[in-house]
Amino acid sequence: MLGIVSYGAYIPVWRLQRSAISAGLRGEKAIAGFDEDSITMGVAAAVDCVGNIERNSIDGLIFASTTSPYLEKQAASIVAKALDLRRDVFTADALACLRGGTIAMRIASDMVRAGSATRVLVTAADCRLGAPDSHFEQDAGDGGAAFMFGDSSEAIATVVGSYSISNELMDVWRLPGEAFVNTEEDRFIEEEGYLKIVEEAISGTMNKYNLTSKDFAKAVFYAPNIRCYRTLISRLGFNSNQLQDPLFDSIGNTGAAYPLMLLVAALEEAKPGDKILLGSYGDGSDVFILEATEHITRKGRGIKAYVQSKMIIGDYRKYLKWRKILPLDRGRSVLIPKPSLKEMMRRQDEVLCMYGTKCKVCGTVQYPPQRVCTKCHSKDEYDKIRLSDKKGEIYTWTVDYGAGGLEPPIVTLTNIEDGGRAFCILADASPEEVRVGLPVEFSFRKSYQEVIPEYFWKARPVRING
Amino acid sequence: MESIKDRVAIVGMGCTKFGELWDKSEEDLVVEAAYEAYEDAGVEPKDIQAAWLGNVRTAMRGSALAIPLKLEYIPISRVENQCCSGTDAFRNACYAVAAGIYDLVLVVGFEKLKDAGPERLRARYQYPDLFPQVPLGLPAQEFALKATRYFHDYGLSYEKGKRMLSRVAVKNHHNGTMSPKAHFRKEITIEQAMKAPMIAYPLGLFDACGVSDGAAAAIVTRSDLARRFRDDYVLVKGIGVSSGAKQAQLRDDEDLVHFEENVRAAKMAYEDAGISDPLKEIDLAELHDCFTITEAITYEDLGFCPRGKAREYVEEGVFDLDGELAVNPDGGLKCFGHPLGASGIRMIYEIYKQMQYKAGPRQRKNPRLGLTHNLGGTTGAYTVSVAIFGQKE
Repeated sequence: MLGIVSYGAYIPVWRLQRSAISAGLRGEKAIAGFDEDSITMGVAAAVDCVGNIERNSIDGLIFASTTSPYLEKQAASIVAKALDLRRDVFTADALACLRGGTIAMRIASDMVRAGSATRVLVTAADCRLGAPDSHFEQDAGDGGAAFMFGDSSEAIATVVGSYSISNELMDVWRLPGEAFVNTEEDRFIEEEGYLKIVEEAISGTMNKYNLTSKDFAKAVFYAPNIRCYRTLISRLGFNSNQLQDPLFDSIGNTGAAYPLMLLVAALEEAKPGDKILLGSYGDGSDVFILEATEHITRKGRGIKAYVQSKMIIGDYRKYLKWRKILPLDRGRSVLIPKPSLKEMMRRQDEVLCMYGTKCKVCGTVQYPPQRVCTKCHSKDEYDKIRLSDKKGEIYTWTVDYGAGGLEPPIVTLTNIEDGGRAFCILADASPEEVRVGLPVEFSFRKSYQEVIPEYFWKARPVRING
Repeated sequence: MESIKDRVAIVGMGCTKFGELWDKSEEDLVVEAAYEAYEDAGVEPKDIQAAWLGNVRTAMRGSALAIPLKLEYIPISRVENQCCSGTDAFRNACYAVAAGIYDLVLVVGFEKLKDAGPERLRARYQYPDLFPQVPLGLPAQEFALKATRYFHDYGLSYEKGKRMLSRVAVKNHHNGTMSPKAHFRKEITIEQAMKAPMIAYPLGLFDACGVSDGAAAAIVTRSDLARRFRDDYVLVKGIGVSSGAKQAQLRDDEDLVHFEENVRAAKMAYEDAGISDPLKEIDLAELHDCFTITEAITYEDLGFCPRGKAREYVEEGVFDLDGELAVNPDGGLKCFGHPLGASGIRMIYEIYKQMQYKAGPRQRKNPRLGLTHNLGGTTGAYTVSVAIFGQKE
């Protein structure tokens, strides 16, 4: 039988006060840092989801987003490499569609059900842009969520059923070369799109499985904004204690990741036996029926901890620069020269997996990997060791005001638990909080002023303890 | 292994003005430095039997000297060893002379940094192994990391540590005012240095050396031939060069409050020269003050003061022009400027002039031994050169 083995989430630490966009707006929205995108957030959610599960046991990875940095080239292959998954893992992207997250869930569950895979990881993340001052910009937030599908015997929730409909409608779209999401007239897209389609999908599900709204402990719905959400729930007839808080005031609409993030939040609160209804939207709708098992207490960081861990940005211009909507002063905009793609390939283990070497003779951990041991000089006598999931401690640091680019980077030499030392930029931190000895963890990030996207691991202050 | 001591003599030197020389080409600089050295040695260009050049960024092969100087068909080699390029070119020339292969050899170090702008200092090809994990930092980043740790390990508050560094900058600025060819020639105060804009915390504007254009040249011969050229030739007493293998980055038990490459290179040079108590025996030193913290740590690495005592020694004025051991009497990299490949030869130029009592207002009373020191690279993987010079007995 099929179930969700584990879940994980990621919400960037940064929150833009909506009042910074326009006076009088309510709440905050989560925004990706300048060094984050859907791939890095997808990795972070997946890391939370995988936890201590043996990574070699994962047979498939599906990445879902509407904001992959590539029009041609897989994103899941980068996520798989960053996670250090097996070579013979099946990878796929579910891109371009707003309900990509649930599409990925559907494919993953069908893979497991069909027996072609034992464990399949789904990770969804989005970082969508609305034109400055648009309603879309106010509503959209950034984040990610991940689920591992596998056998129900180890599941925290079983998949009871699913139902999908496809619907062709030009309501929300983005053409190649466009940065901002386009939407058609509100009344049209809400009535002919979102409300009509989700209602149809939910009633189709209830008919198919012979259930009513009363059978569910929790109902989780994607919604483009709070107004549509309220209309939808009033039409579907769920009572308020059945509804999962859509986190509009704290996070915002996180696109393809949104229903998955809300499902994580629902699972965090679920008790064994609880039935959960999940409905997504985007060119149709996918519906899932899940039921929590007795293992439901197992938890990653999830939504709750990430919602609380935040740093507020009150300057809208900062957000616009991070998203490259406003240009940088030419004096500071130092373009990082294009790397050698051949060198990038050779250094994948070092850069994407954060592998070091551990000498088999003297045990010294070295980063980046070395063929001749720095201590005992043994040649080619080493094991590769993944450092990305270890903790560390800042050994020394500086803030480099001469580096150019967006903001002066905090550069550190970080000592890694169980051995090794690495040059790392410190992400998500202000110079005021840096000190020698600060505990850090590693976080997958991308460069800002790159010619092509470059991904690598940074250090960041340990975000959530425990 | 034999010592280089007293086997090679410097018989002529030249040095251009350092600075932002917008109106001079690299060829102009080479010509000016080399012809001053020819004149100083009393030799003709045709007397030069071989040449070495020290350059980090721009010069390719021996032709970079042959073309401007019209040296015709003699062996010329380019040496690149980061900030040690000039001194290492000089070392190669010395060894060739000491081996008896050549009698008269020209060494020129030069660099034109200002044409390319700061991007040249942070080019990706320079340290590809640091990308993409470390951003395009100016070199300040490297040494700021040491300063943070130095303050931490020796329990110095930002105020105290910064005051020590500022005191080094004030000293070098003071010396620079007496140095006509220096890039920067103005006094600064401790307060100015402490309040200057931050470059890479905790290093500020006055903790950083000048980015400059310049060239310097030396003519060396075997010491038994030196008297043919002049009476006040200067003898090479010792040379050490040491390269790190990234130990301080690869090993998490390495401290960052010393440069092991410094210690090793100094040991070689001291053994050559027979020095056992550097503070007592050496009269003046040109240390690689790319940043003030580098000079401070180097005092300790070279045995000029005990570990952790740099601050006390600096504040007591031990390294002032009239102190026990004058450090950077010509203003150092801080004020004379730092055209990478030229710096090592420029340092030797100052020692040479001091030994000949031609240092004007900077002149030390009775200089017998002088030392030059260069350091370039990244954490754990620096190359350091230390060279020692003396008057003939």
